[in-house]
Amino acid sequence: MKESPKQDQNEVPELKKLVVQGDTFLTRYTKKYQQRKSWSKPDPKKVVSFIPGTIRQVLVRAGDTVAAADKLLVLEAMKMMNSIYSPINGKIRSVTVKEGDRIPKGTVMIEFD
Amino acid sequence: MAIKKQIQELQKRREEVQMGGGEKAIEKQEAMGKMTARNRIHALVDKDSFQEYDMFVQHEARDFDMAKKILHGDGVVIGSGTISGQPVCIFAQDFTVAGGSLGLMHSRKIVKIMEHALKMKVPLIGINDSGGARIQEGVNSLAGYGEIFFRNTLNSGVIPQISVILGPCAGGAVYSPALTDFVFVVENISKMFITGPEVIKTVLGEEISMEDLGGARVHSEITGNAHFFATTEQNCFDQIKKLLSLIPANNDRRANRIQPKLPRKEYRIGEIVPDDPALPYDVRDVVRAVVDDSDFFEIQESWAANMVIGFGRMNGETCGFVCNQPLVLAGVLDVDSSDKAARFIRYCDAFNIPIITLVDLPGYLPGIDQEHAGVIRHGAKILYAYSEATVPKLTVIIRKAYGGGYIAMGSRHLRADFVFAWPTAEVAVMGPEGAANIIFKKEITEAENPEEMRKQKVKEYKEKFANPYVAASKGYIDTVIAPEETRNILLHAIEVSGEKAVSLPRKKHGIPPF
Repeated sequence: MKESPKQDQNEVPELKKLVVQGDTFLTRYTKKYQQRKSWSKPDPKKVVSFIPGTIRQVLVRAGDTVAAADKLLVLEAMKMMNSIYSPINGKIRSVTVKEGDRIPKGTVMIEFD
Repeated sequence: MAIKKQIQELQKRREEVQMGGGEKAIEKQEAMGKMTARNRIHALVDKDSFQEYDMFVQHEARDFDMAKKILHGDGVVIGSGTISGQPVCIFAQDFTVAGGSLGLMHSRKIVKIMEHALKMKVPLIGINDSGGARIQEGVNSLAGYGEIFFRNTLNSGVIPQISVILGPCAGGAVYSPALTDFVFVVENISKMFITGPEVIKTVLGEEISMEDLGGARVHSEITGNAHFFATTEQNCFDQIKKLLSLIPANNDRRANRIQPKLPRKEYRIGEIVPDDPALPYDVRDVVRAVVDDSDFFEIQESWAANMVIGFGRMNGETCGFVCNQPLVLAGVLDVDSSDKAARFIRYCDAFNIPIITLVDLPGYLPGIDQEHAGVIRHGAKILYAYSEATVPKLTVIIRKAYGGGYIAMGSRHLRADFVFAWPTAEVAVMGPEGAANIIFKKEITEAENPEEMRKQKVKEYKEKFANPYVAASKGYIDTVIAPEETRNILLHAIEVSGEKAVSLPRKKHGIPPF
């Protein structure tokens, strides 16, 4: 009567190594563990979308010099117009989105020199 | 005789309502591999035990031409029946009537049976199969959901609440099941999500099927929203019956005791666990070696499988098992496994079910993703749940019990009533390799042959600390037992703690880290 969603009951996953506090253990990995995302240090020179949405306004161009907190873009998401401000003082190397673009979360929109 | 005619009229009305959305809609429902709402109830309850209420309820919506529409039973069947002789209250949404959409009267019927279940102190079973809010009824349908969530919360911890997802359950509708104790899903039939594939496609441009977004497998393996997975509705109903046989009808009672049985002979408890603490085994075999008839009813089998939870009987009495699973991720605690164990411990505590903890873990899962996912606050849930629980708490340390993992897994310090350990137990602040590298760092680096020195120091540490006797010498472990003695000592401990009475400081409620 007990059922499990495993694809193949006879398939035995191979044992892998897991190190915890300096000791090594043989065990199976879960799907979630295998698919965990690796971390990378956020790059302050890249303006990245924090939410998926549509670019409604682009207020700067490559070559522009902007100050921290200057408005760069408007990103519409969840029926809200989100203003995107510059995180730093600097010169814009490239604008990689245009008005009307639909972008996922984590998309680089602007890069600084 | 007027009465005869009136009875005929009643019969006619009943038959009309029982046809739900009509023949065509029923055909469509069955073509999707789904049973109708009433057939589902009949498949679940004892034969001829179901009594339906509010059959003649009609909606009162007037906007958008709704006045002309007759929706039989307003798209939901409510009533009471018995399962293996035990009374239960049930609602089942009827997808053949306006897609099982939830309007005001529909929600009032559900609320009525929920309140009934609470008053009568019997389990509540909700069968969900609904397209969602009835848009034509506007804010009234939102009010309906809110009223249901409120009752789910009041009922929580008083009566068992079981949700069965047998169709779509989307948007706000998902929160009633999420507030209940056990969620059952069926492959290819259950679909649960907050925002469906359509919206995701429009907003994000990402395409995903309903099954991949919120199907039975997804909720059984990835999200942890579901507790039981089945491939057919009938199997799902069998699982519900089995669960109900193991738990009490309400929080004033204990689960029904049945005739005790010995564990089956093929589970030899002394031969399951490898000597080398780096090698895995299936902890469920240890559970099967101690419970009656080797019958272990596992919950959330495929989610956070590094922690095993479920019910088994000891001398006829239901116990909740919480076990590290060395076979998966070495049995570590992490975000999901802590969440899984903590909720189950609170369930057992609310319903007077003794908790048996089997310990074999190296500690918490290391990783940036875990730290950033909040393993601190999630890990704290398990400490909270064990500390707060006042039911009998029995712990068996099988092998490793290192560091924070030792404290968390039903230790004496969180008020386990009995802590037993096998001779293979290693209760220590960390594993021998890790500990030796820290404690003897200087000796190792300054040695002529550092590797040789390291091996020697690891061996020294192992001999001195990788055993149960240090903890036993301080009374943290009550006694060291041979594996073969496990069942008997647990049975004795359960017997001794039958009248256990402890109380917590007076408070409105605690503030657990969720």
